[in-house]
Amino acid sequence: MSDIMERFQERAEAVSAQVTHVQGPQEAFEYTLRLCVQKEACQILVSGCEQPLSTAAEDLCHLQVPEKTIAAPDFSSSQLQSLVDLCKEQSISVIQQGLREYLGGMDIGLTQADYAVAETGTLVLDSSKEDFRLATMIPEIHVVLLYSSHIVSDFPQIKNYLQQRFSSTANYTAFITGPSRTADIERVLTLGVHGPLEQHIIIVNDCSNKGQL
Amino acid sequence: MQRAKNLQEYRKELQESLEQDFQRQALDSFAVAYKSGRPNVFARHDFNTLRSDISQAKEEDTSHLEELYEQFKEEAEKKGMHVHFAQTDREANSLVTRIAEENGCKKIVKSKSMTAEETLLNHYLERHGLEVTETDLGEWIIQLRDEGPSHMVMPAIHLSRDQVKDLFTQVTGRQQDRDIETLVKVARRELRQRFVQADMGITGANFAIAQSGTLGIVTNEGNARLVTTLPRVHVVFLGMDKLTASLDGALTTLNGLSKNATGQAITSYVTWITGANECQVAPEENKIVHVIFLDNGRLALSRDAVFSQALRCVRCGACANVCPIYRLVGGHKYGHIYIGAIGLILTYFFHGKDMDKNLIQNCLNCQACKDVCIAGIDLPRLIKEVQVLIQEQDKHPFFNRFVAALLKNRKMFHSLLRTAKSLQKPVSWGGPYLRHLPHFLLGDQDFKALPALASQPFRDKWKDMPENPKNPSYNVALFTGCLQDFVYPEQLEKCVQILTEHNVAVHLPLEQGCCGLPAYMLGEKEAAREVALHNLSAIDPAYYDYVLTLCASCGSHLKENYPGLIGAESGVQVKTEQFTSKVIDLASLLYSVLGLQNSALNFSQEKTAYHAPCHLCRGMGVKTGPRELLRQAGINYQENREEENCCGLGGTYSTKFPEISKEIMNYKLDYLERDNFQRLVTDCPGCILQLRGGAKKRNSSIQVVHLVEALR
Repeated sequence: MSDIMERFQERAEAVSAQVTHVQGPQEAFEYTLRLCVQKEACQILVSGCEQPLSTAAEDLCHLQVPEKTIAAPDFSSSQLQSLVDLCKEQSISVIQQGLREYLGGMDIGLTQADYAVAETGTLVLDSSKEDFRLATMIPEIHVVLLYSSHIVSDFPQIKNYLQQRFSSTANYTAFITGPSRTADIERVLTLGVHGPLEQHIIIVNDCSNKGQL
Repeated sequence: MQRAKNLQEYRKELQESLEQDFQRQALDSFAVAYKSGRPNVFARHDFNTLRSDISQAKEEDTSHLEELYEQFKEEAEKKGMHVHFAQTDREANSLVTRIAEENGCKKIVKSKSMTAEETLLNHYLERHGLEVTETDLGEWIIQLRDEGPSHMVMPAIHLSRDQVKDLFTQVTGRQQDRDIETLVKVARRELRQRFVQADMGITGANFAIAQSGTLGIVTNEGNARLVTTLPRVHVVFLGMDKLTASLDGALTTLNGLSKNATGQAITSYVTWITGANECQVAPEENKIVHVIFLDNGRLALSRDAVFSQALRCVRCGACANVCPIYRLVGGHKYGHIYIGAIGLILTYFFHGKDMDKNLIQNCLNCQACKDVCIAGIDLPRLIKEVQVLIQEQDKHPFFNRFVAALLKNRKMFHSLLRTAKSLQKPVSWGGPYLRHLPHFLLGDQDFKALPALASQPFRDKWKDMPENPKNPSYNVALFTGCLQDFVYPEQLEKCVQILTEHNVAVHLPLEQGCCGLPAYMLGEKEAAREVALHNLSAIDPAYYDYVLTLCASCGSHLKENYPGLIGAESGVQVKTEQFTSKVIDLASLLYSVLGLQNSALNFSQEKTAYHAPCHLCRGMGVKTGPRELLRQAGINYQENREEENCCGLGGTYSTKFPEISKEIMNYKLDYLERDNFQRLVTDCPGCILQLRGGAKKRNSSIQVVHLVEALR
């Protein structure tokens, strides 16, 4: 493992991300599928449905879909096909668009990252599409595909990339470092207050491009 | 929030805060954790470099906010955003209701914006029939309780899990558990419903990049991503001071912001929004985005020679995290809406004199805030300057005028001290403390034994001091300070003995008077300036290699505040600079200049703590010398966690806010006693007055001595 990748992994794990290494996208899909299958049935619920809620908040629990779902808005149709095929056997549905219909809950959001910054363990995601944003925020688990050649050491290294994004007419770029967290009650760190409870980073080794942006 | 009409009422409120046990404990453990975590956080980034980068970037931006605004507006509007300038809080608030009306919005979700707190936006919207829900967990909790934030980053730090449990039970109508993780889940679900229903989202922003019209929002919970994604209308509510020229400035500030705020390398989410992004429920599937920039005095502030630096603030909250007063009373009483040191300053400009007139006096000038400020704001100085402004508008309090008049006239002041010395006999019984003072004289000051004036001030003993060496290595002028001259002359005597033994000639310019710090602390700037000029003429720096003082408070006042007080008057400024560059403390003179080692004649194996006076370790930046001297002198010196925390004296502060002064002092003594320290060494007579007097009053076994007394 390169120094920079090692550093990224160390810092990402320090903020509760779970990091895995695979050889290609197919393997990443398999990992995601396993994760979805292993999820306890009760966790399929929008997190919190098992809690005592106000009547209005409970209404959202009825929006749940009967089967497990993986939201994957950001893959090409050929890539997606192999994921769909894998999921079919386990009766897991893969949704690619119209994520607003699923605000009651999704199990896993699967997206790619444009870059990762080793210094802080941060993922950089172009989130301009609404469905992409929902896939990274609504599900309990966010799985991120990251090519090893896209890990840079610090933020100044992606300045040009950012500047280019910001110069376009509309752009929504996110730095995400670990799962959603709060320490607002008695300063006790708690994960998953609004966004994902878990963040999984799957690093796809693409040594051929190593070190290139 | 400030509601007290006068100082007396404010002190009563402070007393109530002191009695809130949960808050006390929560803030205390936070203060300790924050401090101990810092070395790790800044292990990979030098704090001083970061600070200077951020303050430079912010200063540059602050100097042309209007241009940046025009540029931002042009860029952002080209990209489909609507950009507004609001001169007043009312104007800003009413823009939001107008936007809501134009777009038929009724339900609003909001992520944190200090600017919206500043304008009390929620109350305004609710009065206009809109439903607003704060979605940051802490903000939601305090909204439900109808409170303001008690910390800029952790708004509900004053509340316990049980209070949150009761609140959530009330809100959901179901009995809740006190487990924090469960409570967070409940909040997640209750709020998720609000996100789904909302038709407008309001956020603040940490950055507005003029070059590209991009907004940057920093959060941990991710609520801002939902607020900016789900509703069809997005309103950004921010101050003009968030404008920055380019991405560079934003990345620089970002690098320091979360490290200084919460000790994170970066927060979980940083969101960058340019233009009107996709929103499937909006007309033409493009989000309607309105950006409202609030002025509320910021542009005028940016042109102010002294106060413009207040606009560099990045709202990290660190100035509260390290403030010994905040640690005791919390943000509701240590701020109005903005909290901590920066709150004391901004309250005057954003919310008016009456909200600040009591608050502004509640500062020890311990400089912990200045030390930790990532934007390099000279917070203690600005606090004093605001106090001066308020006093100039109001009548100066009698006590302040009295002190000012007294200090301006050295002869009158000294003869008053001499008279007091003869009058104290019935209560001092010839001993070192004033005893049996009638309660009506002492009042709330009863927590420490007050020292008696010495039978002979140092200036009267001067003629009996050993003769100066014939060919001295250095010529040193001694600036005695009032306290050592009139109360602790023995410390100066020991100092002169040590120095003459080491071939240093000591001179005592007898015309010197009080350094003027007490007047400055009371906001009596004119008196402080007169006293400074007097001392400058009494001690001509041309004659001496160093101006030595054993009082850290005098030293830091001479060095740090004289240039600002005296100003840039032609000729005088030259002398001021020569003078201030020669001011030195005892430890630096002995350790760094004379290279003294094994100087103690007084080898004691007692477990010894060091108390670093605020004005020495932060004011004069002297940290190594005193500790090394103690070590090399073979003293059993052991470090302690509270070493650099204030003793609570703050000069005249202790007479104004005795209840706070007492708590800070007792905390320190409790801590040292628990750790079985037998001796406490410090190098400021003010700290000695407080800590020795406190130890005496408590019948503590801890002996409090000046560094010079520990060495000899």
